[in-house]
Amino acid sequence: MLGRKILTRDDLTIPTQHPIPFPDQHKVNLGPGHRASKGACEASLACSTCHVIVMVSNYYNKLEDPTDDENDMLDLAFGLTNTSRLGCQVIAKPELDGIRLALPVAMRNFAVDGYQPKPH
Amino acid sequence: MALSRALSFYRSFSTVPSQSLRVCIVGSGPAGFYTADKILKAHEGAEVDIVDRLPTPFGLVRSGVAPDHPETKVVTNQFSRVAQNGHCSFIGNVSLGSSISLAELRELYDAVVLSYGAESDQALGIPGEELAGIYAAREFVWWYNGHPDCRNLAPDLKSSDTAVIIGQGNVALDAARILLRPTTELATTDISCHALAALGESSIRKVYLVGRRGPAQAAFTAKELREVLRIKDLSIEIRQEDLSKTPADEEELKNNRIKRRIHELLSKAATPATSICSPGQKELHFVFFRKPDRFLESDCRNGYIAGLRMERTILKEDVESGKQIAVGTGLFAEMECGLVLKSVGYKSIPVDGLPFDHHKALIAVWSIIVAN
Repeated sequence: MLGRKILTRDDLTIPTQHPIPFPDQHKVNLGPGHRASKGACEASLACSTCHVIVMVSNYYNKLEDPTDDENDMLDLAFGLTNTSRLGCQVIAKPELDGIRLALPVAMRNFAVDGYQPKPH
Repeated sequence: MALSRALSFYRSFSTVPSQSLRVCIVGSGPAGFYTADKILKAHEGAEVDIVDRLPTPFGLVRSGVAPDHPETKVVTNQFSRVAQNGHCSFIGNVSLGSSISLAELRELYDAVVLSYGAESDQALGIPGEELAGIYAAREFVWWYNGHPDCRNLAPDLKSSDTAVIIGQGNVALDAARILLRPTTELATTDISCHALAALGESSIRKVYLVGRRGPAQAAFTAKELREVLRIKDLSIEIRQEDLSKTPADEEELKNNRIKRRIHELLSKAATPATSICSPGQKELHFVFFRKPDRFLESDCRNGYIAGLRMERTILKEDVESGKQIAVGTGLFAEMECGLVLKSVGYKSIPVDGLPFDHHKALIAVWSIIVAN
C-alpha cells in the first residue's frame, strides 16, 4: 500500500465508452514520484503496463470477468491483487462513477522471463 | 576517429547552452528509448543522442519479437515519438568499440548510458556443440526477422523431419511456432523473405522442446503456450507421467499464479497413451526431465549433426537456493534430428574500458559511468 497512488474522480474524469486509463492523450498530473501507466501496446492485450487495482470490491464486481487473454497478461503484472484489472479492458460507464483505482508501485515492461522489477 | 571529430564539429556550431546535460545512450532498444524519454522529461534542455550499431533502431522489438506478434511491436510508436523530440537524435551505424570508443564518448558527453543488451549466447558446454546444424535460438530468430548479421544463416530445413529445441521459455516457443505454423499464415506477417522461402520448402514435421526439469519449472508464459497449443493441424505430445506433481512442485505452484496456469494448460493438452498420428502430420513434443549429454555426428555428412544423446533427470532441492535443480540419473537415450536450436539464455559482450565479469558475462562495475 505504501507509495501506491490512488486515483479518484478529482484526478481523472473519463468519458463513457472510453477505457480506463490511460491512452497517451490522457495527461494526468499525479505529482512527484508517480506517473500514468503506460499503455505500451496501445490496448492490444500484449503487455501489463496499464495494470490498475480496483480499490473496492463492489466496484470490481460490477466489471465483466476478464477473458483468458486478459488473464494471461495479468499473470505478468507486478503487484497483482484479487481486484487487479488491465485498465485498457475496462470501459467507463455510468455505473462505475466514483470508482477509485490504485496504481501499483512498479510495472513490468519488456521484461525477460523471471525479471523482478524494482519500485519506481 | 572521424566520428568523434564530426560530433565535436557539430557541437561547436549548435546553439545548445553549455550547461545543458548531454547524454549518449548506446543501444536503441526499449531500455535505451525509455531512458531517453525519462531524461528528456526530467532535465530541461537535455540533449540525448541514441546510437546503435545497426542502421535501424528498436533493438529486440525489431529483431526479437516474432513476426506473428505484431501487437508487441506497437510500442515503437512511443519510441518514435521520443525520437521526434528536437533534443533527441538517433544515430545508426555507430558501433561502440569500432566506430568510436567508450573513452571518446565520455569526452563528448556528460553521461553515457550502456543499453546495448546481451547479444551473445550461453553455451551448453557439451561434446559436439560445434557440429553444423546446431544454432543458438537467437541466430534463428535473427534469421527469420531479417537481422543483417544472420541473413546468410541458411539453416538446413530439408534434410530431416525433426528439430530439437533445447530450453522451454518463450523464445523456444517462438522458434517452434515459426517452424510449425502453416507458411500461408506466415506469409502475411513481416517475416523475412529468405526465411519464408526456406520454411515453404521445409521438411521439418516434428519439433521437440527439451527441458532439464518438469512442467512446474517451465519458463514460458500462458499467452505464448496457449497460442502454440492452438496451431492448426498440430498434434501436441506430452507424457502424463511428466505432469504428476511432487510436494515440492505443489509448493512452487502454490505461490505462483503464472506457473499454476501453465501447469493447467499443459495438463489439458496432454495426450492419452494411444494417440493416432497420420504420416506427415506435424507434431510438437514437450520433453521434460531430459538433459542434453552430447551431440552425435552424422556418418554420411561430415561435421553435421545427426542426433543427440540425453540423460534422464530427477529434481533435487539445492540447499543454498532452495530451488529444485535437475540431477542426472545415469540413464541415457538417443534420438535423431537434423536441426538443433539452443534456447538456454544469453550473455553480454564486454566493452573496452569497463571491467567485465567473464564468469557471469556481465559488466562488473556500473557506478563509474556517470562520473564526468
